[in-house]
Amino acid sequence: MANELYRGKLLNISDLSIHFFIEEGTVHAVNGLNIALAPGETIGLVGETGAGKTTTALGIMRLVQSPPGMVVEGKIEFEGRDLLEISEAEMRKVRGSKISMIFQDPMTSLNPTIPVRDQIAEVVLLHENVSAQQALFKAEEMLEKVGIRKERSREYPHQFSGGMRQRVGIAIALACNPALLISDEPTTALDVTIQAQVLELMKDLKVEFNTAMIMITHDLGIVAEICDKVAIMYAGSVVETADKYELFKNPKHPYTIGLFNSLPDIEKDEDRLVPIKGLMPDPMNLPPGCPFHPRCDRAMPQCSEIVPENTEVADGHVVRCLLYEAEHNKEKGV
Amino acid sequence: MENAIQSNTDLKPKKRRSQFGEIWKRFKRNPLAIVGLVLIVLMFLMAALADVIAPGDGVFAGYNLQDWNRIRQFPSAEHWFGTDDIGRDVFSRVVHGSRISLQVGFVVIIIGITVGIPLGAIAGYYKGILDNVIMRFIDILLAVPNILLAIAIAAALGPGITNVMIAVGIGAIPIYARTVRAQVLAVKEQEFVEAARAAGANDFRIIRRHILPNCMAPVIVEASMGMAGAIMAAAGLSFIGLGAQAPTPEWGAMLADGRLRMLAGYWHLTLFPGLMIALIIFALNMMGDGLRDALDPKLRSGGFSKKRFRRIQLAKAAAQNNSGEGQ
Repeated sequence: MANELYRGKLLNISDLSIHFFIEEGTVHAVNGLNIALAPGETIGLVGETGAGKTTTALGIMRLVQSPPGMVVEGKIEFEGRDLLEISEAEMRKVRGSKISMIFQDPMTSLNPTIPVRDQIAEVVLLHENVSAQQALFKAEEMLEKVGIRKERSREYPHQFSGGMRQRVGIAIALACNPALLISDEPTTALDVTIQAQVLELMKDLKVEFNTAMIMITHDLGIVAEICDKVAIMYAGSVVETADKYELFKNPKHPYTIGLFNSLPDIEKDEDRLVPIKGLMPDPMNLPPGCPFHPRCDRAMPQCSEIVPENTEVADGHVVRCLLYEAEHNKEKGV
Repeated sequence: MENAIQSNTDLKPKKRRSQFGEIWKRFKRNPLAIVGLVLIVLMFLMAALADVIAPGDGVFAGYNLQDWNRIRQFPSAEHWFGTDDIGRDVFSRVVHGSRISLQVGFVVIIIGITVGIPLGAIAGYYKGILDNVIMRFIDILLAVPNILLAIAIAAALGPGITNVMIAVGIGAIPIYARTVRAQVLAVKEQEFVEAARAAGANDFRIIRRHILPNCMAPVIVEASMGMAGAIMAAAGLSFIGLGAQAPTPEWGAMLADGRLRMLAGYWHLTLFPGLMIALIIFALNMMGDGLRDALDPKLRSGGFSKKRFRRIQLAKAAAQNNSGEGQ
């Protein structure tokens, strides 16, 4: 029923820029970000701390704290509507029902004064036209779905372990059957064994509910586990995006290659990992041209002058780097 | 199928550990708090049953009955707390005085809370200009000493217990506004508030359901202690003649009436009302302390104090003894 144009496309973020205007200057948290997502598809948003992943997520939810934060340009088209254009009241209807979010730390993302069942029921009550009784019933159903016995549904968050709480978080996020789920490092705060369980659960439920997902992580292992597509973020923009297999097999951007080189490989007996030299640039003071050029092994003189454009090196594989831009243009005969 | 569901719901109440139950479990571990609670319950019973304990006729002959044949008698079997200057039974007056003190305490808390909490919540949640306006108003209230405010209100409206309640109540607003604001500032940054926003809740709902309940622990403690303060303030105002007027049996007013006789050796005129004031304030403070510990599920305040540690040790030892005896 959605607009014909957007058939096959659930979310289309184009040229999104989010800046924070603080006393010391302007923080360029997100700069010209482009992401597209089809229904049911999962994209991994990978990047270092400070790459703007969480800001992007909050931007989609329109929860960037303002002031000082502001979306300075761009569009977030979701089901054919630009989320940046609609009213706050309409946005509230989208939050939790159409787009929902799983938070990083399950220890703090649940309200300690409300039993878990009621926290799930709250979302249902907010968005669905049901009685309180029905909402509670739905909440218990959701709890069973994420593997928590109904008998524990009246307990408070502090009576659950971290992994169990994240399950509650997942139940809250999926209670209204959202079209898009944003997971902000949902497993970072969990033990490795629990991580695997939670990821498995998310994978199953994603299929069951046919939910598209943006998986924010800095862990390429999680990407390999759960995502269909990957977008590598650096200094507030996507530098490379591709299908998961394509990206793991054939990384193009020097930053992506650097990321893979800094992972230990169990099959090679490496003495040293190869880190990417230097640090993420200060988002208040981004370098001119390609933001990665000061750390890039293959930087060319013009890298500090020209901001690279998106170059499609293979079907669905887009890189933002002058190395490929030149080649690509040559092929095209420009 | 229906039977299965039925039996399931039957099981639930047993397994359920309610929030109140949890708090009560922690509260009753503190013996002083229990003493406070018992005293307060007794005080309430006394207030509720004042007409039964000290009826208008019979032995105590009413709290306002003057009998010139029994002026300034010392405590006796007939008049437990003695009689005052104009032959009124002090015990009856003390019993009836509990009604006034408790009423003052409650009305003051209610004024303080109903005005202070919303103000503090709005100031803390929205910050900015609203915060500034509200908090400067609170500062103005704070800048005027309560007694002075009460004197001003008494001067404007005339003395009387109602005006004392209004005056002390207004004086109580800043404490709640400030406590709630500070709490809101801390709580609103927590992730579950953002989670609530991400779930589509509006500001009002976020404040009411997610922020305020997480701010309540210090407010309840403050209310319990504040009630003690309010009773004291009202007694003080009555003592200086601005509060309850004769012949109202208010404890502070009774102290004032008896204070000159005290020098002449009639100790019972001041001892009993004074004792009651001390007792209720002690009880409220003890209960407040206990509540503070009980309302804090994570034992944020202080964690294991030496006292609590000892208490737990003692409890364990007692439990062992009991089980030993059992065998």
